[in-house]
This record gives sequence, C-alpha cells and structure tokens, in this order.
Amino acid sequence: MTQAEALSETRSSHDHHPGPQRKWQDYFTFNTDHKVIGIQYLVLSFIFFGIGGIMADLIRTELKTPATDFVSPEMYNQLLTLHGTIMIFLWIIPAGSGLANYLIPLMIGARDMAFPKMNALAFWMLPPAGILLALSILFDAPQAGWTSYPPLSIMTGKVGEGIWIFSLLVLGTSSILGAINFFTTILLMRVPSMPLTAMPLFCWSMLATSALILIGTPVLAGALILLAFDLLAGTAFFNPTGGGDPIVYQHMFWFYSHPAVYIMILPLFGVISEIIPVHSRKPIFGYLAIAYSSLAISFLGLIVWAHHMFTSGTPAWLRMFFMITTMVIAVPTGIKVFSWLATMWGGKIALNSAMLFAMGFVGEFVIGGISGVMVASVPFDIHVHDTYFVVAHLHYVLFGGSVFGIFAAIYHWFPKMTGRMVNEPLGIVHFILTLIGMNLTFMPMHALGLQGMNRRIALYDPQFQPLNELCTIGSYILAVSALPFLVNMIWSWIKGREAGDNPWNALTLEWQTSSPPAIENFETLPVLRWGPYDYGVERIPEDIEPPLTSPELQPESSALS
Amino acid sequence: MQGSTVDPAQAALNYHAEAVATGHEEHPDHRIFGIIVFLAAESMIFLGLFMAYLTFRAVYPTWPPEGTPERELLLPGINTLILISSSFVIHQADTAVKKDNVGGLRKWFAITALMGAVFLAGQLYEYHNLEFGLKTNLYASTFYVLTGFHGLHVFFGLCLILGVLWRSRIKGHYSSQHHFGVEAAELYWHFVDVVWIVLFILLYLL
Repeated sequence: MTQAEALSETRSSHDHHPGPQRKWQDYFTFNTDHKVIGIQYLVLSFIFFGIGGIMADLIRTELKTPATDFVSPEMYNQLLTLHGTIMIFLWIIPAGSGLANYLIPLMIGARDMAFPKMNALAFWMLPPAGILLALSILFDAPQAGWTSYPPLSIMTGKVGEGIWIFSLLVLGTSSILGAINFFTTILLMRVPSMPLTAMPLFCWSMLATSALILIGTPVLAGALILLAFDLLAGTAFFNPTGGGDPIVYQHMFWFYSHPAVYIMILPLFGVISEIIPVHSRKPIFGYLAIAYSSLAISFLGLIVWAHHMFTSGTPAWLRMFFMITTMVIAVPTGIKVFSWLATMWGGKIALNSAMLFAMGFVGEFVIGGISGVMVASVPFDIHVHDTYFVVAHLHYVLFGGSVFGIFAAIYHWFPKMTGRMVNEPLGIVHFILTLIGMNLTFMPMHALGLQGMNRRIALYDPQFQPLNELCTIGSYILAVSALPFLVNMIWSWIKGREAGDNPWNALTLEWQTSSPPAIENFETLPVLRWGPYDYGVERIPEDIEPPLTSPELQPESSALS
Repeated sequence: MQGSTVDPAQAALNYHAEAVATGHEEHPDHRIFGIIVFLAAESMIFLGLFMAYLTFRAVYPTWPPEGTPERELLLPGINTLILISSSFVIHQADTAVKKDNVGGLRKWFAITALMGAVFLAGQLYEYHNLEFGLKTNLYASTFYVLTGFHGLHVFFGLCLILGVLWRSRIKGHYSSQHHFGVEAAELYWHFVDVVWIVLFILLYLL
C-alpha cells in the first residue's frame, strides 16, 4: 500500500459526521472542548491585535511630526504602555496558546487536553483582564512602559499602575495554567504508536515553550507582588529613597520577560516547521536537530536575561557572561533557519498564502535575529540602548517573526478549523501589503536608532522627521493590510469553498480526521503509519528498506540525489 | 538527518500494543502529574522571592539593617517543629487510605489541620508582638511579605485538608483505589513545609 492509497483510505472512512455538532453559542460559553477554546483564544487575541494596532497607528501619527500636536505626552505614554502590554500579553502569547490548544490534541491523537476544565478556566481569565487593561485608557492608564521599571512606575499614578499589575498577574496565572495543560498533554497523552521522536515539531516547540512559561512566569508574579506592595502599601523594595534596589526588579522582570520572547517565538518556530514541509512536499530537513534546538533555545533563554541590563550598572564579568550566552542562542536558532531552507531547497514549493507568510517569516526573522546578535554585544548595546534600533530589532522579531508566523498558521489551518478554504488572491494581497508595510515601518527605525533617536518620547529632534514620516506611512499600509485579511476570514468562513479533510495532502494526524474535526476528534484513535514529514517517501511499514538518506529515496530535485 | 523518523519495527510493535489496549475508553488520570508540574511552577515564585531577598541582603552593608529589633527564636522554632511534624502526620493519612482505612484518614487529616491552624495562630501572634512593622526597613518588609505569602499558602493547604475532610464523610468517596484528593492535599502540604524550612533558615537563622 502506498502513502497515497493509505491517505485516501483514511479519508473515505469518515465521510459522514455522526454525533452532535458544534453550535455557534458554544463559542461564547465555558466550553471544555479544546477546539472551541483554541478558536476562542485566537479570535480574542485577534481582537486585541486590532486594539493594539490602532494604538500603534495613533503613536505613529503622533510621531509623524517632531512636535506633540496629536496627543498629549501623558496620553502618548499611556498609548505606548498599553500597546506594548496588549500586543505581548493579549495578542502574541494568547494566539500561541490558541494554536497550541487547537492543534496539540489533534496532532498527538488525543481526544482533548489533559485538564479540559482548567483549560477553559485559563481562557476565561483573559477577557476580564484584557478588557480592564484596554478600558483603563478611558480614565487612568499605566504610563511606565510595558517594562514598568520602578521607581518610575511607582510615581506615575496608582490607579493605572495598579490595573497593570493586577491584569498581568491574572494573565500570567492564565498562562501558567495553560502551560501545565500543554506540558502534561504532550508528555502523557500521545497515541501509543507515537514516541516523542515521531511527534510533530510543533509539539516539540510547545514542550519547550511550556517549560519556559512554567519556570519564568512565576518569577514575574513575584516581582509584581513586590511592586504592588511598593505601589499600594508604601514599602520600599524597589524604591531607592527607602533603601530598596530597583535593579532587583529589573532582574526579576527580565528573568521572565526575556524567556517571554521565546514564549512568543517558539510556538511559531513550530508552526513554520509544520508548514514548510507540507507546501514544499519534502521531508523536513533535520527533524531531531530542529526538535532539540527548541529545547536548547528554551534552556539558553533562561540564562541571558541581564543583556537587557547592560546599562544598569551590571558588573563587567556579568556582562561578559550574558553577552556570550546571548550570542550562543544564535546557534540553535541558526540550525532551525538552515533546516527550513534545506527543506525548501529543491522542493515543489506551492506559493500559497500560508507558504508565503512562512517564507516571509524566515526572511524577516533572520533580519531581527542578526540585529539581535548586534545588540547582544556590550559596546554596541550601550550605544543603541533605549534608541529606535532596539524598537526596530524587537519588531522584526515579533512582527516579522511571530505575527507572520501566526498569519501563516491561520492560512494553513483555516481549512481544518472551519472546513472551508481561504481565498488565495486576497491572502496574497494581504501578504504583499503586510510585507511592504512591515519593512517600511521598521526598517527606517534602524537608521533612526543609530543616529540617536530615543524611544518612548513623543517629542523628537526635527532632523529625524523624514525617516519618521516613512515609518508612519508604513504603519498606515499595515493598517490597510488588515482589511483583506478580515474580509477573507469572514467571507471564507461563511462562503468559502469546501475544503475536505486534507486539502494540503499533509501527513500529520490533525489532517487524518474530518474538517472541522468531530467533537472528540477521532472516531477511532489513529495509528501512526508514517512519520509526520515523510513526504515523497513511499513505503509500507513492513518493508525492509535501504536507509532513508540513500539517494534513490530522495525526490528527483533533492539536494541529496 | 533527512527522512522518516518512524522506525517500522517499533511502529508495528506499538500497533500491536494499541490493538490490545483499545476497547476500554477510560480517561487516564494525569492529575497527580499536573499537581507536581503546578508545584514546580509555584516553587519558582518562592525561588524568585528568595533570590530577591538574598540580593537585598548581599547589597546592604549590614544585614539586618542597623536598628532592626532582635528577633525572638523560641516561638518560630516551636512553630517550625509543629509544621515539620505535621508532614509526618499527614503521611499517616495517606498510608491509612491506601489500606481502605477511611477512619484513619479522617483522624490524621484532622490532626494535621489542627497543627496547621496552630502554626497560623502562632504566626499571627508573632506578627502581633514583633517590634517592627511592614514599613520599618527593607528587612522588615521582606520578612512580612515572605512569611505572609507563605502563610497564605498554609491557609490554602488548610482549606484543601478541610475540603478532603468534608468530602470523606460521604461513604466510599475515598478508597485505596480513589484518593486523588488525599494525595494532592498531602503533596501540597509537603511543599508548603519544605518552603517553610528554607524560609526559616533564610529569615531567622542566617
């Protein structure tokens, strides 16, 4: 039996949809189905992406001219604080959780997550915290930036800062509960025929991500508790006038918030590792290397945090240590990038929206990665610290990386989630607009930073105006790029072409069930008959075969043939 | 590195194992594993706070800062003994329920609850009689926040124990086969106990 025959066999076995179906009301209630929760996470996070995006465009409109002629400086501080906090804690992290919730049980052949009720609880902590945080702009929003460094944060208004701390404690708790679920599900609930090393790479990356969440987030909670005491009870943990030490806050904050960068990017590394082999019709290059590099990134990510503090009076020997560990992270990341490129090399690449965004991800992320290595070096970092160079770097990683990855994931799994295809021309328009807008917005910021324009300030020197205008135009293009996406999603969800169970002819388990999957995912639990990425590897499990790296088993165009 | 990651021989074996295993659809119980993962995360909060405390201590020229009143060791010492021995007491309950002895479970849990309550009362008594307040100096602040945060955990553990006691009045609710609640409460209690040992050494002895 060839792979194609086996695939068509699994397909015909569930043409009808027996059992109860999902009602639209389920998506607004405390539902314990991981697929409902996954969609809830994704839709909610996209709503906050919209809110944070509007804030970003308000910031860019203010920065179009050197004077503060659009919003007041206080409002500017509030906007940039909320923009950062919302984009990180209510957009990228929940979007990753949404994808993980939807995909992990399907990919490992489980019927649900390990703790469905806790899963629903974790989701329902987000809306109250998010709404509270977003609405705080109407009365008294936090102003101290998403990092909320004391003593600034304990001097800029108790209400806003209190809301910020409270929301973050709730969001952090939600994130921890989610991570307990992912960790347990991936380790204990795989179908018996799936060893760890036959697991889709997305599950590997989520394993690494949940470990980071479980180790890092509680420390942030500790820092926030102490900060709340400083703010509300008048203690002086971080207040130098009372004998406290603000550097301790920075250490605790970055012990979480640097790993948080990997919490935001690792799930998307997994997504890209899924998408590229499917749309290149080739086995993934270096499965184990990609899997273990996720774990390596996760481990190294925990010992680099003080590179955010090179200008905080960190002693020289400590700076050296953190500079070296930070640069070492480029190695596992580079392994992934090379593996993706090698997977695409000579493959039959389908240039659809999912694959375009995945390729965009690789390109943009590499730019962000390179500027990351630049700012890792102490002398350079001291020069560009607190300038737009850092802003450019982080947006290349988080927009060019994470956001591109989330879009790629949406285009790739939309047929599975809704049972309908997306509109490809609209998706391609969306990709082109996003790519242009993103580079136009953030590329000039590198130059601005090198010329010394400070970040987080509404006023700036008139010499920076031309480049700032470019950035602002780019940000408007990004705003426009959301339109084809929104139209595409809503229209395709209602009227899109029927997708069938496996429109991409993919091999991972989530495609071996109906689209959208039935309530308990699989009628009978699936049995692995091929690896997750055995594209173009025709074989029967019982066969005795030459090693898989031998040239005759490679596709015609493969680099190895 | 390129190619399949599925070993055909192993897949065939697994296929067989699964064929044997299918037929009963019971949901496997991963709750104890989940509790352990949760406690691991929880311990990171304490670790973070401990590291903050140690940093404050290292940065200050003298620790505790000049003028901090002397601390009494007798009461916290007794409290520590009570909490540590309660861990052994609660383990008796676990042994009892594994022998289907629900009466024993109730007895040992009740004693543990009492010991936990005495610990909390002792803690409050100590707060009441200390000569420094929350805002006296950095040492005082860390002292109150760390012990208070731990006390909150003791209180939560106490609630878990009382919850198990409440449920155990239903006949057959806990047995040698079904006693997740008992094990979870016990694990949590041990965790709270271990945290206290570290806390006691850091705050009182060092």
